[in-house]
Amino acid sequence: MVMAAAESQFHVLAVDDSIIDRKLIERLLKTSSYRAVTTVDSGSKALEFLGLLGDDDHGNPNQPCICTNHSQEVAVNLVITDYCMPGMTGYDLLKRIKESSSLRNIPVVIMSSENVPSRISRCLQEGAEEFFLKPVRLSDLNKLKTHMMKSKCKNHQMPENLEDPERPEESTATSSPSAETSEFQSPQSQPQLKQQQQQQSQANNSNNNKRKAVEEGLSPDRARPRYSNDLTVVSN
Amino acid sequence: MDGVILLQKQLVDYSTSLYKEGFLDDQFKQLQQLQDESNPDFVVEVVYLFFEDSERLLNELSKTLNQQIVDFKKVDAHVHQLKGSSSSIGAQRVQKVCIAFRNYCEEQNTEGCLRCLQLVKHEYSLVKNKLETMFKLEKQVLAAGGSIPMH
Repeated sequence: MVMAAAESQFHVLAVDDSIIDRKLIERLLKTSSYRAVTTVDSGSKALEFLGLLGDDDHGNPNQPCICTNHSQEVAVNLVITDYCMPGMTGYDLLKRIKESSSLRNIPVVIMSSENVPSRISRCLQEGAEEFFLKPVRLSDLNKLKTHMMKSKCKNHQMPENLEDPERPEESTATSSPSAETSEFQSPQSQPQLKQQQQQQSQANNSNNNKRKAVEEGLSPDRARPRYSNDLTVVSN
Repeated sequence: MDGVILLQKQLVDYSTSLYKEGFLDDQFKQLQQLQDESNPDFVVEVVYLFFEDSERLLNELSKTLNQQIVDFKKVDAHVHQLKGSSSSIGAQRVQKVCIAFRNYCEEQNTEGCLRCLQLVKHEYSLVKNKLETMFKLEKQVLAAGGSIPMH
């Protein structure tokens, strides 16, 4: 597939406080042909990596402020984050990203070991691309790839796109993606769930912020947290 | 009889028993599928991370539960982590005890938590032994010139 080649240029930022899960997600991403993968162990480190340091990041006064003198050195194309993390949760991180003018177009996927429908719909409503239940499987990432490819195709045809100042997938990466993973240190199918989310997300679509509304007309299943085998074919 | 075939059979039988007895679940197979020539030690690496992390958590749990006043939020946080990591590698029996453990945390039941701690320590050491034995068998197969049969 031609798009698959473009996908492999993606730089993915994976956020998880568990070292086991970081290793797992890194391997899953690599196996899914995402060549450039960076893993960090906290939301604040993720924001740091994304070049977005805020005043409320320094809960720990002893932590050195690694202020970037560059605004966003690395172009990140996808953020995949755990929900339950000490300090900044995955939801907090999602919010920060979506509230940032420079980062809000970066797709964010949330992972959680707990199946809490209200949590899931909250994340989707805040603009999460997908919500995966842990343990994440290769099939989840494969479906994500297909989903991202679909939205990439569709976004290119949307006139509203002209309003968006930056589109990360089109920006040239200032750092070339290496084939290695960098550990940034400054430091199942579940048919019941899917049905539930489908109903919730479709109900949520009409209440969403501009970004989701833009995509609403084209891809109603965009907000579905987990795909099963009934992915609709792109038809434009 | 061919030594390699015998060793392979031993490995397969052992591995099968681990699934049958609930020590491992399908997630472990998912891990194995992520291993290939470019990452030949992936499973061992993840499992050893799990061992280190679990031992750290079990120590923390012992400390926290033996305080005068038990901080159940802290206990729960540790158990949540252990539940997550055991789930990620497919250590099913450890994960199951963690679920019960969290219920006792919610009830702020110190006795129940202490019992679960003993139980989870026991299950952890069992699965650790089993996995180490399985890795040894795998090594033997490879040393004899065989390949690891996949389920």
